[in-house]
Amino acid sequence: MANVKQLRVNGASVKIDAHPERSLLSVLRDDLDLTGAKYGCGEGQCGACTVLVAGRAVRSCITSVGEVAAKEITTIEGLAKNGRLHPVQQAFLDDDALQCGYCTPGMVLAAVALLEKTPNPTQQQIVSAMQGNICRCGTYPRIARAITKASRSAV
Amino acid sequence: MNLEPERYEFLEPPLYRFELDRRDFFKALGLGVLIVVTRPADAQRRDMPDEIGAWLHIGEDGVVSVYTGKAEMGQNIRTSLAQGVSEELRVPLESIRMIMADTDLVPYDAGTFGSRSTPYMAPQLRKAAVAARELLLQRAAEQWKVDPASVTVAAGKVSHAASKRSATYAELAHGQKLMKAISGESAAPPTGASAPKVNGRDFVTGRHKYTSDLRLPGMLYGKVLRPPAFGAKLASVDKQSAEAIAGATVVHDGDFAGVAAPDELTAERALSALRAQWKQSPAEGSNATLYDDLRRTAENSESVHSAGSVEQGTAAAAHRLKQTYRVAYIAHCPLEPRAALAQWTGGKLTVWTGSQRPFGVRSELAKAFQLDEKQVRVIIPDTGSGYGGKHSGEAAIEAARLARAAGKPVKLLWTREEEFTWAYFRPAGVIDVSAAISKDGTLSAWEFHNYNSGASGIRTLYNIPNQKIEFHRSESPLRQGSYRALAATANHFARESAMDEAAHLAGMDPLEFRRRNLEDARLLAVLNTVAEEFGWPGAKPAGIACGFEKGGYVASCAEVDVDRSSGKVKVTRIVTAFECGAVVNPEHLRNQIEGAVIMGIGGALFEAIEFENGTIRNAGFSGYRVPRFADTPVLGTVLVDRKDLPSAGAGETPIVCVAPAIGNAIFRASGVRLRSLPLLPKGVLPHT
Repeated sequence: MANVKQLRVNGASVKIDAHPERSLLSVLRDDLDLTGAKYGCGEGQCGACTVLVAGRAVRSCITSVGEVAAKEITTIEGLAKNGRLHPVQQAFLDDDALQCGYCTPGMVLAAVALLEKTPNPTQQQIVSAMQGNICRCGTYPRIARAITKASRSAV
Repeated sequence: MNLEPERYEFLEPPLYRFELDRRDFFKALGLGVLIVVTRPADAQRRDMPDEIGAWLHIGEDGVVSVYTGKAEMGQNIRTSLAQGVSEELRVPLESIRMIMADTDLVPYDAGTFGSRSTPYMAPQLRKAAVAARELLLQRAAEQWKVDPASVTVAAGKVSHAASKRSATYAELAHGQKLMKAISGESAAPPTGASAPKVNGRDFVTGRHKYTSDLRLPGMLYGKVLRPPAFGAKLASVDKQSAEAIAGATVVHDGDFAGVAAPDELTAERALSALRAQWKQSPAEGSNATLYDDLRRTAENSESVHSAGSVEQGTAAAAHRLKQTYRVAYIAHCPLEPRAALAQWTGGKLTVWTGSQRPFGVRSELAKAFQLDEKQVRVIIPDTGSGYGGKHSGEAAIEAARLARAAGKPVKLLWTREEEFTWAYFRPAGVIDVSAAISKDGTLSAWEFHNYNSGASGIRTLYNIPNQKIEFHRSESPLRQGSYRALAATANHFARESAMDEAAHLAGMDPLEFRRRNLEDARLLAVLNTVAEEFGWPGAKPAGIACGFEKGGYVASCAEVDVDRSSGKVKVTRIVTAFECGAVVNPEHLRNQIEGAVIMGIGGALFEAIEFENGTIRNAGFSGYRVPRFADTPVLGTVLVDRKDLPSAGAGETPIVCVAPAIGNAIFRASGVRLRSLPLLPKGVLPHT
């Protein structure tokens, strides 16, 4: 299989030269210096590596770069527009929905994907959608509140 | 400092002599105002000189910089420590530069653990800010030749209203070497305002660089060859195939073998290409025999407390209780695994790593490479959590070893499996409790033996005339060490479960039984507060527990739903009351309490390390379950703010009552008494 030479990331085309079976996570972090997506477990269990592919939340640690070569990828670095935070980012800040912050990029993107699909989620829908993201510091109630708050603010 | 016996991973903390040299300080930090805070060394060692706790500098540019050896890893001390300084210096919180945990730049600190930052570091910094303010005020008064009492400070400016003169800190600091050394004993209480995380924006945008995000020019990726089991020793390594891989550096040094390469994929290939022979040693122990082994290998006991005669106190008892409680090994699971970036330049080694003990890691590195500590610099970026699990510098040493061989910087990231296997665990333990209860519901005797788990929280605040409390060290089959609240979780689980069992024997309500045996006003306060907030006993089955640790008083009530046919248990609500003296930042305190409670649910219900034949059987999140969104009950938190008392820490204590409150609730709901943590290893009540 030929190397992947280009990716669509945060609305722009970027040049890479990556073996197609490399994880999307490693390409983002090591080749593109987009370190917002994190390594937490390497097996899709913790969600720290979550990015959006065509608007859907995806575990980049178990997604090969070859699979996403032609798709629109959004990382945490691409959320804020012209210095303005996305409502989910702003809500996380306002509600202190983080402690060590390591899970935060993955949580924010998973929440963005949820709100795209379900603009006014119930608590149960939030829990189901976010169940794949671990916060060891235990800020789940705050994150859930932040997501609800973000769902109520105009985008 | 007195270290708890269960801090097994520590060496003797180095004592640090620091000579104050005014010229050196101003040369390094720039002209202006400098406050150096000293604190008396260990109270037991009065012959040692005062240690430096922190320093505060105001430069000719007016920038306020605070230097502290404490490390930030989600407990938000970067914010709360700055709050005191901003309040006393009357400058915006965002304008304070906090320089933390860089061994080249900050004074020695034993480590960020033990819930000490708030009670010890925060008052020092507050006091330093007060001293700086007064120095500036004095300087202005001298310059303007006015009475200092007529000079005021506000909004980063010093003013003399009568003559309409004012000066900024920058103007006053210009060309000056104003220095004062103060002792950081007492300080004014905090105002107790919530302030948002100072660099929060960096975290929600992905801008913050954790250790694993850093890069240096020419950097290589390192990997370590791990033994197939604990105790296996490296007999030989055939490096040929690995060395043949372009760009790979291969190291074999005694027990250590590893590789470094310009990209991760090549590093993985090189690691796989190593052909190693191991000398296995039969590793003892497994979950099946663990508790018997801990009892069997117990050494001489350490009497922690004794009073009266347990025999006499038991003789005329109306009821007697004798039970054994157990806790499993559990893992910290910091979401950011261990990582380090090491660079050798000239004779100096610099390592960035996520650790709670920058100076401890520096010492480990100096010893490992036979360097003077001055030749080693350790820098801790704000880290992806620790919970007591990142005291040791394994990744730092490994990265440095590879970097030395490669002649290039090496970044080494532990995998999740390595983090589960090669770090240390919260100790497992066996706890025997015997209690004697009189007819009136008062406890007349109490005997408490903790095997292996530890002595934190082993003493009780209950009013019991005859007591025998002992800690027994055992041989642990697994590497163990500090974990949030240390053994206080295990000891509170045993004690508060036993109290509940005693209440049942006495035919008394669990809350009433505790009140009957308690005189400590602060513990009673949180107990009564939580009961009221919860609505004890409540419409649904509930359990209650209370305790004390590290200057903090806590009480929790838990409510559960039990399905008797399926055995499924759901924790629906947990309310916690917490008192730690004067509250510094209410919102961040709530965050810590909630976070500790949620973490505690894991250890209470389902977390357990499974091991046998020297391997960890569940070294990943698929096999080791941690609390997730669906495990979160409704949480209630009540802060009991005692502005009249010094602030204690809060990073640990809120975890200790979660397990017993849940265990007691399960008993209420089902009649099943569970005496082992995790309470529900199979996810459901055991078949009775």
